[in-house]
Amino acid sequence: MSVFVNKNSKVIFQGFTGEHATFHAEDAMKIGTNVVGGVTPGKGGTTHLGLPVFDTVAEAVAATGADVSAVFVPPPFSADALMEAVDAGIKVAVTIADGVPVHDMIRLQRYRTGKNTIIVGPNTPGIITPSECKVGIMPSHIYKKGNIGIVSRSGTLNYEATEQMAALGLGITTSVGIGGDPINGTDFMTVLRAFEADPETEIVVMIGEIGGPQEVAAARWAKENMKKPVVGFVAGIAAPTGRRMGHAGAIISNEDDTASAKMDAMEALGLYVSRNPAHIGQTVLRAMKENGIAVK
Amino acid sequence: MNIHEYQAKELLKSYGVPVPVGGVAYSDQQAAQVAEEIGGNKWVVKAQIHAGGRGKAGGVKVVDSIAEVQKTADAMIGTHLVTHQTGPEGSIVQRVWIEQASDIKKEFYLGFVIDRGSQRITIIASSEGGMEIEEVAKATPEKIVKEVIDPAIGLLDFQCRKVATAIGLKGKLMPQAVKLMKSIYRCMRDKDALQAEINPLAIVGNGDDKLMVLDAKFSFDDNALYRQKAVTEMRDLAEEDPKEVEASGHGLNYIALDGNIGCIVNGAGLAMASLDAITLHGGRPANFLDVGGGASPEKVTNACRIVLEDPNVKCILVNIFAGINRCDWIAKGLIQACNSLQIKVPLIVRLAGTNVEEGRKILAESGLSFITAENLDDAATKAVETVRG
Repeated sequence: MSVFVNKNSKVIFQGFTGEHATFHAEDAMKIGTNVVGGVTPGKGGTTHLGLPVFDTVAEAVAATGADVSAVFVPPPFSADALMEAVDAGIKVAVTIADGVPVHDMIRLQRYRTGKNTIIVGPNTPGIITPSECKVGIMPSHIYKKGNIGIVSRSGTLNYEATEQMAALGLGITTSVGIGGDPINGTDFMTVLRAFEADPETEIVVMIGEIGGPQEVAAARWAKENMKKPVVGFVAGIAAPTGRRMGHAGAIISNEDDTASAKMDAMEALGLYVSRNPAHIGQTVLRAMKENGIAVK
Repeated sequence: MNIHEYQAKELLKSYGVPVPVGGVAYSDQQAAQVAEEIGGNKWVVKAQIHAGGRGKAGGVKVVDSIAEVQKTADAMIGTHLVTHQTGPEGSIVQRVWIEQASDIKKEFYLGFVIDRGSQRITIIASSEGGMEIEEVAKATPEKIVKEVIDPAIGLLDFQCRKVATAIGLKGKLMPQAVKLMKSIYRCMRDKDALQAEINPLAIVGNGDDKLMVLDAKFSFDDNALYRQKAVTEMRDLAEEDPKEVEASGHGLNYIALDGNIGCIVNGAGLAMASLDAITLHGGRPANFLDVGGGASPEKVTNACRIVLEDPNVKCILVNIFAGINRCDWIAKGLIQACNSLQIKVPLIVRLAGTNVEEGRKILAESGLSFITAENLDDAATKAVETVRG
C-alpha cells in the first residue's frame, strides 16, 4: 500500500504536450506509472507519446477513467487548471508550478471546499510511490521501496533526506511534497492522517521550514491522533528574520516562525527531532529501533 | 514587493480612503513648495524609506513654518536613516512626504493579512494604535480582534461593524469604518496585495470627528506582478540590495549574510539546510543562494561571480542535489567559472542525484583542485575546516 497514488492510479497530464510534461511523463512511465493520456486545450483528438490528448479534463476522465492529474500548466493558469480537475472529479491533482499568485490559491482553496479532490502543491516536486507511480518532477531513481512515509515542504531537502535514509538501507512507502508556498493545497496534517491510515507505512518523516504555523499544528495532531512515530526536522536555523528564503512561504514573521521554535514545539509534543539536517537518516533509524520497526 | 508610504497613501486615496492632504518632494525647495500648496499652519515631514521605525529614528518631524519644512527636508534628504529595521548602514532618504498635521484624538491599528492558518484574508485590529502589533499581541492579546473573510462572499458590512465595535469605533464613526475597511479589502484583492497595514488609523479633527489613515504599509505578491502593471511601476529598486536585484535578473535567489563561507545550492530547502549545517559546525555562511532548476553553466558562473563579489568570502560550498538539474551541467559550469573568474578561494563540491557519476568524472578530469565531499555533513565539515585553515 501507499498514500494518494499507487500502481492502480490512472494518471493524466494537464499541459501534456509541453517540454517538462513530456519529459516527466516518459520518466513516470519508466517506473511503471499508468499514464492514460493528457489534456492540452486546442489539441484534443491528437495523440502524444502514443496516448490520447483531450481538450478538457472532463473529456479525459470520461474517456480514460483517470483519477490522478499531474498539472504542468504555467503559474498564471495553474489555479484554473486545478479547479478544472476538481470539477471533473479527479481524486488527486498535483501542481509543480512555482509562482502561483497567492490570491489564486485563496480562491482555489475556497472552490474545492466540500469537494473530494486532494490538491498537492504548488511549488512541489510532487508525489512518488516507488516502482508504482510518480506524479511530479523528482529524480525517481533515488526512491526505493520501504516502510517510511516522507512529507516535506522542500523538494531538494526531500531528496537529501531520502538519500540519507537510502544510505542506511531505509526505503519509503510514498513521498509527498506539499510545496514551499504560503498556501498549500494539502497541509502536513492531511498527509500525516493518510500515512497513519496506510498499513504499510510504519514511521513518518516530516520536513518543514521557517514560516507559518503548520508544522506545529501537525505535530500537535500527531501527538493526539497517531500511533506511528514521527521524525521531524525544520530548515532555517541560520535564516535571518523578515527575509524570504527562496520559497515564497519561507519567511520568519514572528518568533513562532523560527526553525528552533518549531523544533522545540515538535520535541515537546513527543516527536523525534533531528536538529541537524545531515542527521535526518540516523534519527529515523534510531526511532525505528526504539519502536521495534523492521529496517526495510 | 514593498512600496513607500506616499505610494500607499496615493493608492488608498484612489479607493476613496481618507488620507491627509499631502505631497511628495525630492528636494528642500520642492518640500517648501508642497507645504505652500497644501496649506495649513502645521505640517509633518516624513522620510520615505521602506523600513519601519522611522519615527523613533528621527525620520518624522512636525513643524509649524514653511521655512522649517524646508530646513527639515534638507536635513533628511540624502542622509542614511538608521532604524531598527534597516540594519546598521541604514537606508538613503531620497524623498520626503509632506502632509497637513492632523489633530489626533485616538489611534487604532488596522491590518489586512493573508492568514496561513485559515488560508484567507484576515482583518487584525486593535484599539492600541501606533504600537507594533506584535508587541500588543504579546502584552495584551485580549486587545486584538480578528475577522476572517470568505473569498467567495467578500467582506460583509456586519463583519466590519463587529471589528469597529470591538476596537471602540462607535456612533458616526462606525459607517466611516465600514466604508474604509471595505475599500481597503477591495484594493488588496484588486492589486494582489499580501499585506495592508494601517498604523495608525486615527480619529482626527475637532468637533467633526473623522477617521483618517495616518500611515500605511503595503506589500504585494511578486508572483502576481505580471498582471499588476501599476503596482510594478511603484517598485523602487534603490530600496533593494543591488546584488539581490542583479542575482534575480540571472534567475538566482541570493541573500547576503555576514559570514565568510559562500554557498551555492539548488533548491530553497537544501540551501537553508546547508546554511544550518555550516552554522551547526561552528561556521558562518556568507550568503543564501538558490540556483534553481535547470542550472546552465552560465547560471553557475554567474552564481560564483556574485558570491565572490563579497570580499569576506574565504571558500565556497557548492551543494547540488540534482532532480531536474544535472550534475554534469553543474560540473561544466564550475570549470567554466574557475577558468573565466580565476577563482582563488577553495571550492568544496558535493554532487548528488541526476548524472552524479558524469559530474564527478568531469570535475576529477579537469585538473582543477576541487575539494569533493561525499554528503551534506562532510561538505559542511570541510567548508568550516577550510576557513579555519
